[in-house]
Amino acid sequence: MSEVPVTHILFVSTALFFIGMYGLFTRRNMITMLMAIELILNSVNINFVAFNKYLFPGKLDGIFFTIFIVTIAAAEAAVAIAIIINLYRSHHSIDVENAGELKF
Amino acid sequence: MNHYSYIALIPLLPLATFVLLGLFGRKYFKTFSGIIGTTSLLASAVLSLITAYNYFLVDGKVNGIYQKIIALKITWLQFAPNVSIDLGIVLDPISVMMLVVVTFVSLMVHVFSLGYMKGEERYATYYAFLGLFTFSMLGLVISTNIFQIYMFWELVGVSSFLLIGYYFDKPSAVAASKKAFIVTRFADLGFLIGILILSFHAQTLDFNTLIAKLTATQSPEFLSISTSTFLGASVLTWGLTLVFIGGAGKSAMFPLHIWLPDAMEGPTPVSALIHAATMVVAGVYLVARLFPIFSVDETALHIVTYVGLVSAFIAAIIACTQTDIKRVLAYSTMSQIGYMMFALGVAKQGGEEGLGYMGSMFHLFTHAFFKSLLFLGAGAVIHMVHSNEMKDMGGLRKLMPVTHISFLIACMAIAGVPFLSGFFSKEEILLAAYNSNKLVYGVALFTSGLTAFYMFRLYFNIFWSKEANVHGHHHGEGPLVMKIPLIILAIMAVFAGYIPFSHFVTSDGAALETHIDIAFSTAPVLLALAGIGLAAMLYMKSNAKPDAIASTMGGLYKAAYKKFYIDEVYLFITKKIIFNLIGRPAAWFDRNVVDGFMNLLATITAKISEAIKGLQSGKVQNYALYFFGGIAALAVVFIYLWK
Repeated sequence: MSEVPVTHILFVSTALFFIGMYGLFTRRNMITMLMAIELILNSVNINFVAFNKYLFPGKLDGIFFTIFIVTIAAAEAAVAIAIIINLYRSHHSIDVENAGELKF
Repeated sequence: MNHYSYIALIPLLPLATFVLLGLFGRKYFKTFSGIIGTTSLLASAVLSLITAYNYFLVDGKVNGIYQKIIALKITWLQFAPNVSIDLGIVLDPISVMMLVVVTFVSLMVHVFSLGYMKGEERYATYYAFLGLFTFSMLGLVISTNIFQIYMFWELVGVSSFLLIGYYFDKPSAVAASKKAFIVTRFADLGFLIGILILSFHAQTLDFNTLIAKLTATQSPEFLSISTSTFLGASVLTWGLTLVFIGGAGKSAMFPLHIWLPDAMEGPTPVSALIHAATMVVAGVYLVARLFPIFSVDETALHIVTYVGLVSAFIAAIIACTQTDIKRVLAYSTMSQIGYMMFALGVAKQGGEEGLGYMGSMFHLFTHAFFKSLLFLGAGAVIHMVHSNEMKDMGGLRKLMPVTHISFLIACMAIAGVPFLSGFFSKEEILLAAYNSNKLVYGVALFTSGLTAFYMFRLYFNIFWSKEANVHGHHHGEGPLVMKIPLIILAIMAVFAGYIPFSHFVTSDGAALETHIDIAFSTAPVLLALAGIGLAAMLYMKSNAKPDAIASTMGGLYKAAYKKFYIDEVYLFITKKIIFNLIGRPAAWFDRNVVDGFMNLLATITAKISEAIKGLQSGKVQNYALYFFGGIAALAVVFIYLWK
């Protein structure tokens, strides 16, 4: 069974990263933006796992980092959704264009 | 600690009064505050008398010489193992004498004020300030070191400021208190520099050590201070002169006297206490305290002599022309203090030649009584006619017999009429001047004639002259509490001269034999009587002669009436010269250069923030863009540029 080359995996993660970036900058819906951020985080996770496997097969550091990031992503989602709910209560919308009061 | 430590109570009682009345007086003791103040001062006065009795008659003397006793010494601020500022109490003839004078006069003023200040809105505050003043003055006279005396010196200045400005709703009183404060502060700067010079060279602040080191002609300290020179005079002379400038400011010596006449804006009993009997003699006391050092430096002594003499003479001339009775008294105070100063100037340390020192202290002692009596008498008169001007008075002798008699006694005492207190002390001063310097003697003699003239001009104008204007004088001479101090002080003004003062207070502590020489006394007494006679001729009955004389004197009279334009000279120097040449450029520099630099910084900051505030747009996705842009830039920096 031939192994998948590391470059393929890196292609996937890079694509995922820039899809996330694109989503983050173009979407106005905050839920969608949150999902885009999750994509970015997961692209990083893929990188960690891939490098761990191909460069240091005997170690688990990359895996630990991945678990750590997944935990943080969960916490971040909780906070972000709380913010979104509050924003919806005060602005009756979750469009970021409508929440621009905090400026100079 | 020894059996004299109870003396600490003498200044602490008035301080307690000040704190008590200052904090709670207006609320809780509105009507009792006078009684509280007077009682505590009565206790102080009794303690002072006990101290004087113990010191002078029981155990002050060792082998016929009065010793300096350190009754109490507390190390207050310890800077280094051998550098400290102490607080202490020293007992020597002059400090014990001053304790008695200050507490006694202050007590009389407290009692008098019970009647005079009755019904005032800030009655309690008044007594609080009196307590503060008495505390500071007592602290000053018992100081053991030069720093302690400086501290109390400033406290005296502050309480004087507070009391002169007591009627703070009167613009003239506010101006007078500011003037007094600024002029004396200005002089105190000299005092401070003098202290620094003397104590730097002697390496001590303590009076005893200071005097011992700077009078021993072979000691290294003396050699270092007397051989180094600055602008042609030795540093010792400079130090002493600067200290004397401080003393001259407090004692209203020419040309720093301008605050004293204006200080009469305060309540009259305050004038009696501060500007006649106690505070203004602080300068004399300071010179006397450092007299052993002054006596080794001829130049400094000459400065003291001539400043005193000029002050005595000029003040006497000005006093002849003033019409405000309190101003006449103010100038007479200045003149008498001039006497005390030049008496110190002509004295030498120890023995027969120390006569001037003893005469000066003796005059200080007697002057305190008759001058406070004059001021309290003037207070009673003002209380009755509600005016300070001579023209509103006249013929009051039948309306106020007690005031009249006591005022007459005080006038005779200050004029030097034989067998009253002033005669004895002035006689010693004149004799000391005669023995050392004939010029000083001549001017002093003439001044004593002038003194008799202007005091009796005042007396006749108040109590004789025209008939009394009875209408409008709805109340009588004043309550008993105002008469009793007058009577007591009159008794003292008569008999204070009979105390064998030369046995108690001399420059070296040993008794000095003095006697009244009839041949020598003839000239001053005749001059005094002539002065009185002239005043009687001109002012006893209202007539046109004084005005005629004034107009023949022309310019001289006008100059004296305007106080020789000294105030105007000060105004010219400050307003025209100092303000224009120093004040305005400094203000310009401050406004344009210093402020300008700060404004420039602020403007730059404002401009920059104005330019970049658009970055703070409130759009979340913009922020995300900056964030990722920054990350990308850092990535470029760290990967390609940071080698």
